[in-house]
Amino acid sequence: MTTVQTPAPPRTDSARFVRAALGRIGRYVFTGFVIVFFALPVIWLVTAPFDRAPALRLSVPEFTLQNFQTLLDNPYALRSLWNSVLISITTMVIVLVLAALASYALSRVRVPGRDVLLYSLLLLSSIVTGTAAMVPTFVLITELRLIDTHLAVVLVMAGGLLPAAIFILKDFMDNTPKSYEESARVYGASSLQVLRHVVVPIARPGLATIAVWSVVQVWGNFLVPFILLRSPDNFPAAVVMFTFYTEGGQPNLALISAFSLLFSIPVVLLYLFVNRRYGFRFYGGIKR
Amino acid sequence: MTADDGRRRDDAAAPGHDVPTGSDGGQPSPAGGGSVQPVLADEGTTSVPEPEPRPKADATAEVAVINKPTAIGFVAPALGLIGVFMMFPAVWALYLGLTNYRVTGTAAREPEFVGTDNFTRALEDPLFTSSLWITLIFMAFSGVVGQMGLGFTLAWLFRRWRGWTRRTIEVLVIMSWIIPGSVVAFLWRAFLDGEGGTLNSLIPGDVTTEWLLRQPLLAIIVFNIWRGTAFAMLLFDAALNTLPPSHLETAKVSGASTWQTLRDIVFPAVRGHMLTTALLVSMWTFNLFTPFLLTGGGPNYQTEVLAIYVYRVGFGQGDFGFGSAVSAVMLVINLIIALVYFRVLRDRRKKS
Repeated sequence: MTTVQTPAPPRTDSARFVRAALGRIGRYVFTGFVIVFFALPVIWLVTAPFDRAPALRLSVPEFTLQNFQTLLDNPYALRSLWNSVLISITTMVIVLVLAALASYALSRVRVPGRDVLLYSLLLLSSIVTGTAAMVPTFVLITELRLIDTHLAVVLVMAGGLLPAAIFILKDFMDNTPKSYEESARVYGASSLQVLRHVVVPIARPGLATIAVWSVVQVWGNFLVPFILLRSPDNFPAAVVMFTFYTEGGQPNLALISAFSLLFSIPVVLLYLFVNRRYGFRFYGGIKR
Repeated sequence: MTADDGRRRDDAAAPGHDVPTGSDGGQPSPAGGGSVQPVLADEGTTSVPEPEPRPKADATAEVAVINKPTAIGFVAPALGLIGVFMMFPAVWALYLGLTNYRVTGTAAREPEFVGTDNFTRALEDPLFTSSLWITLIFMAFSGVVGQMGLGFTLAWLFRRWRGWTRRTIEVLVIMSWIIPGSVVAFLWRAFLDGEGGTLNSLIPGDVTTEWLLRQPLLAIIVFNIWRGTAFAMLLFDAALNTLPPSHLETAKVSGASTWQTLRDIVFPAVRGHMLTTALLVSMWTFNLFTPFLLTGGGPNYQTEVLAIYVYRVGFGQGDFGFGSAVSAVMLVINLIIALVYFRVLRDRRKKS
C-alpha cells in the first residue's frame, strides 16, 4: 500500500484527458443506473391504478378510473383506510400530549438522574423493538383482553414511540426562553396553563415534527396490527392489502394498484409539507 | 415529604428569579429553525457542529416555573405507558423464555418453569443458527455495505450538483423510503415476478426467472438497499457539507486522485458520522420484518431472518416460551449494538 503523502505520479496531458473523459462517462452511466434502479419499481404505483387491465409488468396505461370504482365497491378497502386514519391520529394525539407534558417537566425541573433517565429511555426504545418483543407483547395484550381492538395497537405503538418523542421534544423545550413562563407563573397561572398558553405556541415546530413523525410511523406499520388484530373489519390499510386476492388466488391487481396509490398519497403529502416547511434533511434524522 | 420540600423551595425561589432571567432572555433563540438542529445533534446523526453546552446558570431558574409534584404528574402518564407496553414486555420475554408457555393445551393454562431449555434448544436448532447467519449477512450487505455505500456514493457524486438530476434522484430515493412498507413490498413482488415482472421483460430474451425463489437472499438484500438508502444519503450529504471546501480544493490543486482525497481528507472528517450511521442502520436492519412481506421467510427458510423466525415459532407453531427465548436473544443483541452506539456518541460529544 502506498503511504499517505505519495504525490500523484506525473501524467501526460492526453492520459489525463482520457482519464477525465472516462470518469465523466462513468459518472453518467452510474447516474443513469441509479435513476432507473430507484424509479422502475415505483413507476407501477402511478401507472397501474389508471390502467384498464393492470398487469404486474409496466405498461403505458389505457386510461380508466374503473380501478377506483372497484376500490369503492370493496367492503374492506375504504374501511381499512379509515382504520389507519383512526389508529394513526389517536396514537399521534396520545404521543404528542404525553410527550409534551413529560418533556416540559423534564426540561424545567432539575432532579438528580434526569439525564440518566432520558438516555436510558432512549436506549430502551432502540432495544425493545416491535419485532424483538412481538411474542411477549401479544401475550400481554391477550392477558389484558385487548386482542383485536384498535386500542391495543394504539397503546403498543404509543409506548414504543414515546421515548424518542420525549427525547426530541425536550431539546425543543430546552431552547424555548423561560422568561415568559416565569412572568406567567408570577401572575398566578398553573403549570398546565403555562404549558398550554405559553410553551406550546413557542414549541410548535417541535410538536409538528413529532406529530408528522408519529403519523408516518404508525401509518406504515405492518407488524403490530398484524399480530394484534384478528378480524378484517379492524385491519388498517397496511395489513388489509395482503387479503386482496381474486377468486382464482391471484392478487387482485385492479384493487391493489388503486389502493396502494391512495394508501401512499398521505405520506407523500406529509413529506412535501415537511420538506417545504422545515426542509427534509432534518426530518431525515429522526425517521426510524 | 419531598413534595412539600420542593414546593417550599419553589415559592422561595420564584420571586428572586426575575433577575437572572434577564440574562437568559438576552439570547433568545428563535423557536423556529434554530431549534431544529439540536434534534439531530442529539441523535448524533447530524453534521451540524454540535451546539455549545448551554450555560448551567439556569439550574435554579428551572425550579421556578414548575414544582416537583406537578413535574412528576406530568411525567407519570408517559412513563406509565412506556413501562407497561414497552419495558414490561421486554422483561417478560426473559421470564417467558424460561417457561414452556404455549397458545393451547395444558402448557397454556399452567406454564412450567423449564430453566434454560429453550435457549439450549435454540442453539441446537439448525434453523436458528442459520437464521442468525442470514440476519447477519442481510445486515452486513444490505445495511452496512449497500445502504451506506450507495448513500455515500450518491452524496459524494452530487455534492456540487444542483440541477434536475440531483433533485430527481433525491426525490426518488426519498420516495422509496417513505412509501408504506406493504406497498413497497408489493411493488417489488410485481417487479421481480417471473412471468409478468418488469425486470424479466427488460432482460433480452425470454427470461422467466422467479427471482424471489431462485435468488431470494439477494432479492431481499437489493430490495432493502433500494428501500433504505435515503437515510445514509441524507446523512452523508449533511456531513459532506461541513467539510471546508478549501481542503478539497487543496487536494485537487496538489493533484490528488479521488481515492486519495477520500482516504486522506473526507473519510477522516466524516468518520464519526460513518460510525453512527453504521450502528443505526445495523440496528434497524437487524430488526426488520419487511422481508416477510416479500418472501415470507422462504423458500425453504432461505430468507428467514430472526424477526421472521420469532414470528414462525411464536405464532406459526404457537410456542410462546420458545419464541420468547428467541425474542430475549434478539433483545440482548440489540442491547449490545445500542451500547456500542451510545459509547461512540458519548466519545464524540466529549471530543467536540
